[in-house]
Amino acid sequence: MTTSAVSPPETRLEPAQPGWPDATGHFGVFGGRFVPEALIAALDELTEAYRAMRVDPAFIEEFAALQRDYTGRPSPITEVPRFAEHAGGARIWLKREDLNHTGSHKINNVLGQALLTRRIGKQRVIAETGAGQHGVATATAAALMGLSCTIYMGEEDTRRQALNVARMRLLGAEVVPVTTGSRTLKDAINEAFRDWVTNVETTNYVFGTVAGPHPFPEMVRDFQRVIGDEARAQVLERLGRLPDAVLACVGGGSNAIGIFTAFVPDDGVRLVGLEAGGDGVGTGRHAATITGGTPGVLHGARSYLLQDENGQTIESHSISAGLDYPGVGPEHSHLHDIGRAEYRAVTDAEAMEAFALLCRTEGIIPAIESAHALAGALVMGRELGPEALLLVNLSGRGDKDVETASRWFGLGDREHVEPGAGMDTDQQPLEGAVTSGDAVAGQDAGESA
Amino acid sequence: MSMLADRIAAARAEGRAALIAYLPVGYPDVDTSVEAMVAAVEGGADALEVGVPYSDPGMEGPVIQEAMDVAVRAGVGLPDVLPAVRAVAAAGGVPVVMSYWNPVERYGVDRFADDLAAAGGAGAITPDLIPDEAGPWIAATDRTGLDRVFLVAPSSTDARLAATVAASRGFVYAASTMGVTGTRTTVSSTAGELVARTRLVAGDLPICVGLGVSNGDQAAEVARFADGVIVGSAYVREMLDGRGAEGVRALSAELAEGVRRAGTPA
Repeated sequence: MTTSAVSPPETRLEPAQPGWPDATGHFGVFGGRFVPEALIAALDELTEAYRAMRVDPAFIEEFAALQRDYTGRPSPITEVPRFAEHAGGARIWLKREDLNHTGSHKINNVLGQALLTRRIGKQRVIAETGAGQHGVATATAAALMGLSCTIYMGEEDTRRQALNVARMRLLGAEVVPVTTGSRTLKDAINEAFRDWVTNVETTNYVFGTVAGPHPFPEMVRDFQRVIGDEARAQVLERLGRLPDAVLACVGGGSNAIGIFTAFVPDDGVRLVGLEAGGDGVGTGRHAATITGGTPGVLHGARSYLLQDENGQTIESHSISAGLDYPGVGPEHSHLHDIGRAEYRAVTDAEAMEAFALLCRTEGIIPAIESAHALAGALVMGRELGPEALLLVNLSGRGDKDVETASRWFGLGDREHVEPGAGMDTDQQPLEGAVTSGDAVAGQDAGESA
Repeated sequence: MSMLADRIAAARAEGRAALIAYLPVGYPDVDTSVEAMVAAVEGGADALEVGVPYSDPGMEGPVIQEAMDVAVRAGVGLPDVLPAVRAVAAAGGVPVVMSYWNPVERYGVDRFADDLAAAGGAGAITPDLIPDEAGPWIAATDRTGLDRVFLVAPSSTDARLAATVAASRGFVYAASTMGVTGTRTTVSSTAGELVARTRLVAGDLPICVGLGVSNGDQAAEVARFADGVIVGSAYVREMLDGRGAEGVRALSAELAEGVRRAGTPA
C-alpha cells in the first residue's frame, strides 16, 4: 500500500464546462426550479451571493485554508493491491475522502455553504440528512462558525444511524426526527423545505447533495469538485497517466459529481456511477434512480426519479441510508442522457461483500455507501482486464456502519443474524467473501450499463 | 374568457368576494371526498379546488399532509380528480384542480389539459410550478382555454409579481404568509400588503388570498381587500375530525356569510 504526497491543485470553483448549467440552472432538460414562489427570492439571493463569492479571492483563500487546516485536504490516494487481486488484477486506487474531518466528503460542501450563510448575514442553518453524514458535517460547520443548527432526519434513519444522531447533538445541533411519509431522507427534505419557507428571513438551507432547485446542484458540485481536481493531479503525478475509469457511489450524487467533474473533459476516462440496487432492481426494492427510474420532478428539480404511474414518489430501499433516496441530481441525469457517464446498480449483498473484502484485505473499513463503488470496481476490473487503472472515490468511512455490518455478517448477537448473511466468522471469512464476490459479475451490476 | 374570473366577477357584482374551498380527492376515500366537495359548493363555495394527492407536498402543513398521506397510500392520484371535477361542476361550483407538478407531468401535460377541459374544469393551480418553468403548461392552457393560476408570495419582487400576474389566467393566488398551509389564529398583516403590491400590476386579473384563513371572521377580514378567499386546511380538518360532508357544508355557510359581511373588495 502506498499513499500520495503531492501538493494540491489550486482551489477552483468555476464550472468545468461553460454554460453547464445554464443561467437558470438547467443541465440539458434537467434541473431548474420547481418550488413554491415563496422560495424564489431566497434561491435568487443564494445564487447571486454564491456567484459573487466564487470569484472573490478573499473567499477562495478562506475556503482553501479551511480545507487544508480543518478538513485535512488534500486527501491522499491509496493503492489497494490486495483488494484488486479480486478484480481481475486491475490496478485500483482509492481517493480517501474517508480521511476527511467528520469522516466523509460531506464536509467539503458544508464549509462552503456555511461561509456563504455568514456572507448573506443569516444566523441559522437547517439541513436534511439520511445516513447522518451531512447532518454531522453541517452541525460541525455550524459549531465552527457559531451558527444555530437544526437537522431534519427521517425517524427510520434516526434508528439506523443512532450514533450520528448523538454526534450531531454533541455538536450542539437540534435533531428533529421526521415522522411524515416514509420517514426517510426524502421526507426529511420535505420538512427542511417547510422550515425554510417559514423561516427564510433568518435561515439558510444547507443542502447536502447535487439535487434540489437551482443553485444547489451547481453550488454543491463546485464545492465538491476539489475531490476530482486533487485526484486527477495525484494520479497523473503518481502514475503518469489518467485512469481508465472513475467510479463513485450515487445516491443524490454529490461525491460522484465531485470526483467526475475534473474528468468530464477527458473523453478517454469512463465515468461510472454505482447506484444502490437494494434487493435487486428487478425486485422493485432498490434505490437505483437512473437505472430503474424515469424523468420527473422531485424536490425542486427535474431529474430521474422512482415514481409510480400517478407520479407519486416510490419509497426506495437500500442497506445504505446515505443512498436510500428515490431521486438523483440533475447533472447525473444529463451525464447519463448524453452518454458521458454510465450508471450501474449494485445490490446490498454485493456492496456488503466488497465492504468485507476491503476490511480484510486492506485494513480500511469503508462506509457502506462507498462499498457500492468498490463492488462496481470489482466487476469493472474483471471487464477491463489487468492493464486497467481504476480510481474509486472512497467517499466515507464505515464507523457509523459498524452496527449494520455486525448484524449483516452476524458478528454480534446471534439472534440478529439476517438470513443469507455473506460472512460467518466461524468459517474463513475472506474465503466466503471472495467466493460470493465472484458472483457479483453475473448479477445486476453488470446488466444495467 | 375564464370560468374562474367570470365567477369571481359574478360574486363582485353581488357586492362580495368569492369563496374558494379546497379539498383533496381520496380522503377518507374517493366517494366520500367527492360528496364533501359537493357539500362545500352547496353550502356556499363559489369554486372548489380539487386537490391531487401527492407523496411529497412541500407546501402543505400537517393537516393537509395527513389527508394526502391516506389518499396516496390508497393509490388515489390524478386520474381520480376528473370524476370529482364533473361532480363539482354538476353541483354548480367552478372546479379548479390543485396539483403539484409531477403528477401532471407524469399524466402528460397535453393529455391532462384535454381531459380537464372535457370534464368541465376551469383550469389548475400549480403550487410548485413557477411561470419560468411552465412553457408546456402555458402552451397547453392557451390551446384549451383553461385557466392557469400561479402563486405570488410576500417575498416576491415587484418584477416577479408582474411576470407572474402576466402569466396567470383566472386569478392569481396570493400566498398570504411565508409558510405552509394551515389554520392560524390571525390573518397575517403581510396579506394586505401583498395584495396591494400585486394590485398595482394585476390590471383586471382577480387576486385571491390563501394560507391561514379558517373561519367566518377571518374570511370577512380578507374579503375586504381580496377578490376571493381561499380556505383549505379548515375544510380538511372537518374531514379529519369525522364531521364529513355536513361539517363541510356548515363551514361553507359560515365562510360564505363572512365574505358577504365584508362588502365589496377594495
